[in-house]
Amino acid sequence: MSPRQGLVLSLPAVLFLALAFVYPFGYGLFLSVTPRTGGPLANYAAFFGDEFQRASIGNTFALALPAALLCVLLAVPLAYRMRHGLRGERVLTALLVVPVTLGPVFIADAMLFYFGPVGWFNRTLESLHLIDAPVRLLHTYGAVLLAIMLTAFPFAFLLMLGYVSGIDPALERAAHMLGAGRWQTFRRVLLPLMAPGIATAFALTFVLAFGVFPSAVLLGEPGGSTRVLSIAAFQAAYERFDFSAGSAIALVMGALQLALIGLVFALRARLYAGPARGGKG
Amino acid sequence: MSGTRPAGPLETALRVLFAVVLGVFFINLFAAMATVVVNSFAQTWFGGWWPSGFTTRWYGYADSQFAMVDVLRFTIVVTLAVAVLACLMGVPAAYVLARAQFRGKRVLLALYLLPMLMPPLTYGIPLASQLYRTQLAATLPGVILINLVPALPFVILVMTPFIEQLDPNVERAARTLGASPLQVFRRVLFPLLVPGILTAALLVVVRTMGMFELTFLVSGADTQTLVVALYTALFGAGIRPAQAVDALAVVYMLTTLTMLVVALRFVSPTQMVFRVRE
Repeated sequence: MSPRQGLVLSLPAVLFLALAFVYPFGYGLFLSVTPRTGGPLANYAAFFGDEFQRASIGNTFALALPAALLCVLLAVPLAYRMRHGLRGERVLTALLVVPVTLGPVFIADAMLFYFGPVGWFNRTLESLHLIDAPVRLLHTYGAVLLAIMLTAFPFAFLLMLGYVSGIDPALERAAHMLGAGRWQTFRRVLLPLMAPGIATAFALTFVLAFGVFPSAVLLGEPGGSTRVLSIAAFQAAYERFDFSAGSAIALVMGALQLALIGLVFALRARLYAGPARGGKG
Repeated sequence: MSGTRPAGPLETALRVLFAVVLGVFFINLFAAMATVVVNSFAQTWFGGWWPSGFTTRWYGYADSQFAMVDVLRFTIVVTLAVAVLACLMGVPAAYVLARAQFRGKRVLLALYLLPMLMPPLTYGIPLASQLYRTQLAATLPGVILINLVPALPFVILVMTPFIEQLDPNVERAARTLGASPLQVFRRVLFPLLVPGILTAALLVVVRTMGMFELTFLVSGADTQTLVVALYTALFGAGIRPAQAVDALAVVYMLTTLTMLVVALRFVSPTQMVFRVRE
């Protein structure tokens, strides 16, 4: 391929992304430092200076970190269990894609009735005498965490499965042959090979949870404990029609997300630096 | 391997954990989904295990209230347009990434990866404000454009490894035998690319159907996709009967799951989630 051909073939994609991603991104930066009133940093000062606004940072992390951790902690042993395949694996994985595909808006709708005071969930627990009165599940922090988990857990699980099934089974056999027990094999052979996958799964699950918006509004307390960054950004732009402040909050959100992903991958590099490549992904 | 040793306590514990976690997960997930379907056919359902009677009228009602058929048509047009345009721009770009080594490749890769790493709102809000300024917001082109931003990088990331595993000697042989670049593309390369393109396009369709945030930023009354219409209906809960909202949800679910079933004929479920190349 000549350089010219390469350029011509890449041009449409590059031009489009320059126009619809890089330019808006730069424009957002520009918007954020040209507030309606005050100096260039007035938007950021207003956001970080206001306790209610600033709380959205903590609220977002309080949802995204436990969600990503729980998902990965559950996904790793389950994926390990499935490493040599399983009967009905195809059906199981296909079913797992369903919530990921339907997405948070549909999940929120489904949860609204099901976990409500007269929904099947409370009703079942009551008839089993596990509870005396319906438990208040909706419009709480827990409901949003649950909603995130319903889409993020299958996502993390499928991601881990992709990594684990790519590890050469011969390595495990070799470890057994050399006298390692199951736990030792897992701890010393498989876990180090899975480490890059675990870091990636954690980072991507975190990204999924960090952007939470529909479920935080519909199932949580959008004025309180689940007022996350995306709600703060959206309200500024679309309820106060202040695109400048909205862009500033969205950029804070982007910076925090990139910082955490950077941290995860920096840790990953320290966690495992051996030569044996395991994952096929 | 696993059969060569008796199952130890670790293996048993894992088996139990596996069954319990997946059991609890699926029972609740599918029960919640079933609630939506049952309620969409319910005359009234104020408590009790089951509605008082069944009717299909909420579907007609949802159509009159939410313009369901129009929304469905709009959704299909948007997702198909996004898939076609993303492939038209993304496949050539992926071909370059897969086959050429050049200076600045890392910069190009960063440009392609960044839209997938940033929260959609970071570029979505300023892009929406530009679209409002240019009167493109709340139009079909505007909705397609904003959805293309994450879709195009996705196609590039799916297609690059696919093209890498095609043998470049086949193209070289065709050239040696006197085929023009256009002929090589039409007669050799394109037929080889079709399965990959089909996969990428289907995945984009499925993802665009569920893409809420970006579409929501630029959609207007006549330019909603199903997922946005569903959110709007849920947000105004209490205005209309819950059964009508659930009827809309069922239509969304059936549309999305149909596309998913088609997609799963071509890709494995593990490929559905984003696979990152190391």
